[in-house]
Amino acid sequence: MSTLWLIPALPLAGALLNVLFGNLIGRWAHWIAVPALAGSFLASCAVFARVWDGGSFTSTLFAWIVAGDFETSVVAHVDQLTAVMLLVVTGVGALIHLYSAGYMHDDPGYARYFAYLNLFVFSMTMLVLAGDFLLLYVFWEAVGLCSYLLIGFWYTRPAAAQAGKKAFVVNRVGDFGFGLGVMWLWSALGTLEYRAVFKGVETLSPATATGIALLLFMGACGKSAQLPLHTWLPDAMEGPTPVSALIHAATMVTAGVYMVARSHALFERSGTALEVVAWVGAATAIFAATIGLVQTDIKRVLAYSTVSQLGYMFAAVGLGAYAAGIFHLVTHAFFKALLFLGAGSVIHGMGGEQDLRKMGGLAPRMVTTTITMTIGAAGLAGVPFLAGFFSKDEILAVAFHGQRVMWAILLLGAFLTAFYTFRLLFLAFFGAPRMSKDAAHHVHEAPAVMTLPLTVLAALTVVAGLAVGIPSEHGTPFARFLGPVFPVRGGEHSGFVAYMLVILSVVVVAAGITLAWFVYMSTPVRAEAVGRPRTPLHALLLNAYYVDRLYDAAVVRPLLALSGVLARAFDLGVIDGLVNGLGRAVVAGAVALRRLQTGYVVNYALTMLAGAVVVLAFLLSR
Amino acid sequence: MLLSAVTFLPALGALALLFVPRRFTGLLRASALAIAILTLALALPLYFQFDGDRADFQFEESRPWMPTLGVSYHIGIDGISLLLVLLTAFLTPLALASAWRAIEDRVKEFVVTMLILETGMLGVFVSLDLFLFYVFWEATLIPMYFVIGVWGGRDRIYAAVKFVLYTMVGSVLMLVAILALYYRHGAATGLYTFDLPALARWVLAPGPAQTLMFLAFALAFAIKVPLFPFHTWLPDAHVEAPTAGSVILAGVLLKMGTYGFLRFCLPLFPDASLAFGPAVFALSVIGIVYGAWVSTVQPDMKKLVAYSSVSHLGFVMLGIFTLNQQGLVGGLIQMVNHGLSTGALFLMVGMIYERRHTRLIADFGGLWKVLPAFSAIFLVVALSSLGLPGLNGFVGEFLILVGAFQRSLWLAAIATSGIIFAAVYLLWMYQRVIFGGITHEENRGLRDLTAREWAVLVPVVVFIVWIGVYPAAFTGKTEATVEALIAQVQAKASAVR
Repeated sequence: MSTLWLIPALPLAGALLNVLFGNLIGRWAHWIAVPALAGSFLASCAVFARVWDGGSFTSTLFAWIVAGDFETSVVAHVDQLTAVMLLVVTGVGALIHLYSAGYMHDDPGYARYFAYLNLFVFSMTMLVLAGDFLLLYVFWEAVGLCSYLLIGFWYTRPAAAQAGKKAFVVNRVGDFGFGLGVMWLWSALGTLEYRAVFKGVETLSPATATGIALLLFMGACGKSAQLPLHTWLPDAMEGPTPVSALIHAATMVTAGVYMVARSHALFERSGTALEVVAWVGAATAIFAATIGLVQTDIKRVLAYSTVSQLGYMFAAVGLGAYAAGIFHLVTHAFFKALLFLGAGSVIHGMGGEQDLRKMGGLAPRMVTTTITMTIGAAGLAGVPFLAGFFSKDEILAVAFHGQRVMWAILLLGAFLTAFYTFRLLFLAFFGAPRMSKDAAHHVHEAPAVMTLPLTVLAALTVVAGLAVGIPSEHGTPFARFLGPVFPVRGGEHSGFVAYMLVILSVVVVAAGITLAWFVYMSTPVRAEAVGRPRTPLHALLLNAYYVDRLYDAAVVRPLLALSGVLARAFDLGVIDGLVNGLGRAVVAGAVALRRLQTGYVVNYALTMLAGAVVVLAFLLSR
Repeated sequence: MLLSAVTFLPALGALALLFVPRRFTGLLRASALAIAILTLALALPLYFQFDGDRADFQFEESRPWMPTLGVSYHIGIDGISLLLVLLTAFLTPLALASAWRAIEDRVKEFVVTMLILETGMLGVFVSLDLFLFYVFWEATLIPMYFVIGVWGGRDRIYAAVKFVLYTMVGSVLMLVAILALYYRHGAATGLYTFDLPALARWVLAPGPAQTLMFLAFALAFAIKVPLFPFHTWLPDAHVEAPTAGSVILAGVLLKMGTYGFLRFCLPLFPDASLAFGPAVFALSVIGIVYGAWVSTVQPDMKKLVAYSSVSHLGFVMLGIFTLNQQGLVGGLIQMVNHGLSTGALFLMVGMIYERRHTRLIADFGGLWKVLPAFSAIFLVVALSSLGLPGLNGFVGEFLILVGAFQRSLWLAAIATSGIIFAAVYLLWMYQRVIFGGITHEENRGLRDLTAREWAVLVPVVVFIVWIGVYPAAFTGKTEATVEALIAQVQAKASAVR
């Protein structure tokens, strides 16, 4: 129990120290933040060992919000899924913390950075530990806050501040649904505690289950940047690159996948909701992949790739292949964190340059980065025997047996993925250098504190699939480990069809890589030709289907205009006008009545006479 | 005696300060603050000795005042008023401290007025006699009128008169209703009394009389809250009032309205309360969304915060009229939360106003660079106001929404959209004021928080976090009272059917 709570407590303590004493700690901030993460990781390993044999347990800290029948506690629920997520969050998190010590070395906000980063890991570990939907919601928003803070970390840059706010608001739109879903869940079941909820879902009508599940999924769409709430993630690249690696690739954005997998009992009760999840995932997968084809900013390629890969995960969990979805989540955390950190190494080595058009030929000067990035790219593309190969093929196989159309979409997505990944790799590291002589001169490899995490992640990308991802009659070892959480599905991994599927996907990947080679390697790249719209389709992709502009024109501007009208014309004009009008009417009435007080006795006597006549007439007429 | 002591200590202190020569401004400020802090210290035992398992009034004191009229000095607190008494005692010293430098003119009158105002507010929350209540209710008007009218901004006279007249319209009707209730009850039972518990035990038959009385009370309270569309006095009053006045106005005076609904409308007129529930729901959710939208486009920070109050108080009203445990407890805790968060927002807007003598968002930008500590705390306060989980605002809002959900999915959905808009107007304002580069040279030399400002803000932040993380310390005191109130309303409403 005590080890368990160390997992979030250590990063929290680190964050508090760096917040309160950041001025004193300054450059030493990483000596607090990194050990905090290392300790958190070790504690996660201990917890992992506890549930190794298939058990699960809960641990309650205190009753949190209580009002009548409404009761929620700060409670942890630990099973195999929790343990896997904890290892990813703290493990990848520790590597990225270490990397940050090098990457952020000269930043004036060093202590603030590590405070935020530790706060994030605290929130994220609590998110996966939470054993109650309201607690999940709490840390769901808390990681959103950390994301807001870290995207806007370089607050003097207007684009960063804008992107941070956008991320928070778009996530709030998703959380609007999530919140309502939680309220509905409580109203329907009278509890929000995981085990009680999952036991109780059988009593829900399918319609109710669908409603709740879709509302929860709305939150997932926000957090995990799925259509139509994906727009914040590419902009989130304004944050420091290690942040993009940790929060906007490896961990936070996968929270939606985790949540759907965690609540699978509820989603299954609905059925419809699962289908929606799968289709939104597949649509996002292909949608974002197409945008990734043409981006010129190294981080934006990776950002759209992340959106797309998250789509694969949702497609998997939507098809009921929860273990496959989570496995892809894990491998993606490795290779996408690797790719982002590698990109960070490039940006660091080139003095802040992010434009692929101004790169090229970096390989000789950045050997470690190039090798590890190549492994990461191969992992993402799905080159055989690397992690992504196993996890992606698992999803494709499930789709093939479940939904042929979706399978075709995802297969096409795999082709696009292979293309844009190697496009990035070729443009950055190979071919002739396209930067200025001066810039080329300054290119340098990152220090060991940065290359070490790259190497570890590359190693994980190589071995993760081989170690736990090889399918058999009874599913992958990974799926068998998650067996107590998700029922194991078997029988889809053998025979002729399975082999053909694998071969087909290898062919597709090879085709994608080859095409990238033809376009970007066989002939020298002309920088000015890249990223300039040549056809309407190209322009459409470069502008990410104009979704941002659409939202701006259809939602943001009309609402602002309406608010302006309400504030000026309606509030000041109509409502306040009525109030002041009433006041003026009283004054005017008083002024008019004052005229009666003339002071002439004759007038008063006349009035009295008139009054007496009226009274008399009234009495006589009865 | 404790409750009386808490209530009247500020007024007695004010009386004593009258004998201090006006030129000793430092002494006046310090002693006023000391009196307010002493009041808070005296109020703390109320919290610790209050038995949260009991639903009846505690620390009760009853003494005949005008026995022939059935007026008595009857005071006491239950789970509903306890938190508001504490909130008042907590905010008044902060308001006084915030005015340390801001009020240079007529310091003596100012501190005396503020202390009398505190007694008035405390009196409103502890009174268990309608006559006594009405006296205190009106007694808060006069000092607030002076605070706005004397120490306010450019249009202070307009704002002060508007504030008083608007509130008076409601109060006068309430007075009529109080008298009507007094006579009805007397005629029916032979006992002519203004005693609230006695009146609340009596079942007033539903009908036009009850409806009219409810409406008269409700109008007075709705104006105070302010419930949409009776809110237009609020932005004017807030913008013109000095910081200390805004803090008290938003932090405590508005709560007198919501408190009135809880204390009088629900138990005295249960049928009418139930009948008008849907109307109140409608106005509340309109207020939530409308207040947020109008906030978004305000160029003046103080006005933005003022309109956000309309939105937040909409949540409170929604919670109260759900008439279930979640909504009511949420509404109560949200009253406290709003007092803390919005009070702190006004304090902080006041702090930069003192430095720059402007509150226009456009005059700022990039403040983090020069005011990092201020910016960090401003962020915490803004996040608390927009209902970030882990901070106080979330606890209240979520309970209210859970309560509303049990009434209707759509009601809850519209109200929940308010949390999106809250993020928009607060974070957008924050972005323009705090982030970015420094756009105005005048802002370059600004000084970060002073020791006095730290001392004002830290207590608020402590409670913002405390209520967010461990709300049971506060909700635990209210549960029994709320449960009894719901039972009472339901029993009385069904008694005649």
